[in-house]
Amino acid sequence: MQKKSRFVAALAIAAMTLTAFAAPASAEKKTEFKLAWSIYVGWMPWGWAADNGIVKKWADKYGITIDVVQFNDYVESINQYTAGAYDGVTATNMDTLAIPSVGGVDTTALIVGDFSNGNDAIILKGKTKLADIVGQKVNLVELSVSHYLLARALESIGKSEKDVTVVNTSDADMVAAWNTKDVTSVVTWNPLVAEIAALPGANKVFDSSKIPGEIIDLTVVNTQTLKDNPNLGRALTGAWYETMAIMSSNTPEGKAAREAMGKASGTDLAGYDMQLASTKMFYMPAQGVEFAMGASLPKTMDSVRNFLFAHGLLGQGAPSADVVGISFPDGKVLGDAGNVKLRFTAAYMNEAAKAAK
Amino acid sequence: MRRRLINAHPTRGVAVFLAALPFLLLLFAYVVGSEARLAENPNDKLLPSFSSIGQGFARMAFEADARTGDVLLWVDTAASLARLMAGLAIATLLAGTLGVAIGLLPYMRASFNSFVAVLAMIPPLAILPILFIIFGLGETSKIALIVIGVAPVIMRDMILRVEELPRELMVKAQTLGASTWQIALRVVVPQMLPRLIDSVRLSLCSAWLFLIAAEAIASQSGLGYRIFLLRRYLAMDTILPYVAWITLLAFLLDFGLRKLQDRAFPWFAEGRKQR
Repeated sequence: MQKKSRFVAALAIAAMTLTAFAAPASAEKKTEFKLAWSIYVGWMPWGWAADNGIVKKWADKYGITIDVVQFNDYVESINQYTAGAYDGVTATNMDTLAIPSVGGVDTTALIVGDFSNGNDAIILKGKTKLADIVGQKVNLVELSVSHYLLARALESIGKSEKDVTVVNTSDADMVAAWNTKDVTSVVTWNPLVAEIAALPGANKVFDSSKIPGEIIDLTVVNTQTLKDNPNLGRALTGAWYETMAIMSSNTPEGKAAREAMGKASGTDLAGYDMQLASTKMFYMPAQGVEFAMGASLPKTMDSVRNFLFAHGLLGQGAPSADVVGISFPDGKVLGDAGNVKLRFTAAYMNEAAKAAK
Repeated sequence: MRRRLINAHPTRGVAVFLAALPFLLLLFAYVVGSEARLAENPNDKLLPSFSSIGQGFARMAFEADARTGDVLLWVDTAASLARLMAGLAIATLLAGTLGVAIGLLPYMRASFNSFVAVLAMIPPLAILPILFIIFGLGETSKIALIVIGVAPVIMRDMILRVEELPRELMVKAQTLGASTWQIALRVVVPQMLPRLIDSVRLSLCSAWLFLIAAEAIASQSGLGYRIFLLRRYLAMDTILPYVAWITLLAFLLDFGLRKLQDRAFPWFAEGRKQR
């Protein structure tokens, strides 16, 4: 009998461990924070800033600690943030809306870092016009910004996704896929675009510079955590814009920083500078503020949410694109004002801009 | 005297309860975890409630997809099963014939035994990029991955099983005047067929693994494809029913093969029971 009850107790403990593991992280006043980032031209500064003590310097200033963690898998970093394991993450505007926001995690776009200005592209094999894509199989990471770019490109020539066949292909295999006979068109992002475009027969027929400002790279944080701990926002923006100032300066120090970021992303200074050329970086906080306050952002988010809705990514039988509210710095809300889960703010970038003066 | 634990058998009712217990505990842990997360955030995607899992399943199984007009679960199931069956059929045929030949003929064994052993050690997923280049990104490379992953293992098993056949059986057949061909066809193959089924049953798990790995990399349909696609959006309300569905399909395949073995080779099943 005693044995049996011990057995039951052991099982109960096992079950409790399981549930404790699954319990959500709740927001409160705290001093330790975690930020997840992944390899991308516009996010490399986070890795460099952490390695060079800039993040620590700013965290110390506000008496907190910020753990900056690099993920090899971009989607996994967002999933971890959504599950509550991280307080912030680097993500695009589209993925932020579709993953944490649709998942009920109220998220604030703390830093608008840049937008893709040619980093994402459609490449055809042996053909030179976008219209040639009609009827082809198109290899891309389905439901990613590549998919969005394709939808926008087809729209621009009066076609729709029905006119092509989308084949889901992992980004890790994109270059290998390009080298096979049956792959004739791909949509992907840098550095893969540069790699594929350099191969014989490859022609870039459309890229994100034709839809400027629509694929936006953000550093987002949990809204509740930020509200309870505004110093987290101050420390992050402080560290970010200090790094921006260094990397954009035409000094040996700036060059060394860019070279290190290039190396960390698997290329060199020249390769990284080339990727930066097709990225509209907001080096100055005022530029980020201007973009976040601008009139084009609500239009972009409307187009993005409609894309997500059309692809069933706004959640469980969502009746319309309005289910998730998106708020902007001027207080305007797109969609359900009672369910705002994505907030664009200029407050912290503004503070950084004032401090810079 | 105290009864030893190895001789204490549960009664029928207790056995049923004990069999159900781990499942119930898992379910309980899930429900508690899910409720804790949902209380905090009703839209939580990680551990959806059973009702949203049910809705997710219903949406995939009974409603036409808004974009393509297909009912996705069945399209995915058909695509995946076609790949799995093709791969398994080719692997079984290849491994069955070659395995018997290598096991039976000393010259074949001398030439191929170590080769097959080494071949079986290559992790198929590691050579996936090469398969792409050779077979393209279409169906061929997915089926090839299953064949390459599964065939060497079945083949090695067949070789071992042929070698296990009692020497006396061969001697007896020879004294009765049987040729090599007759021995192969009349003595060895009938003995091997039920064992081949065993071997295929054991390979089912890796066959599924290779199928899903191949579908994750490049495809337009399939159970693995859907899971990896939805993983991008943490849509656990659809991923979990898909996993349950795959488990059920795998279980049914295994069950079907066991029944086939019982029906087609009753002597084999009988022999196993007596052991």
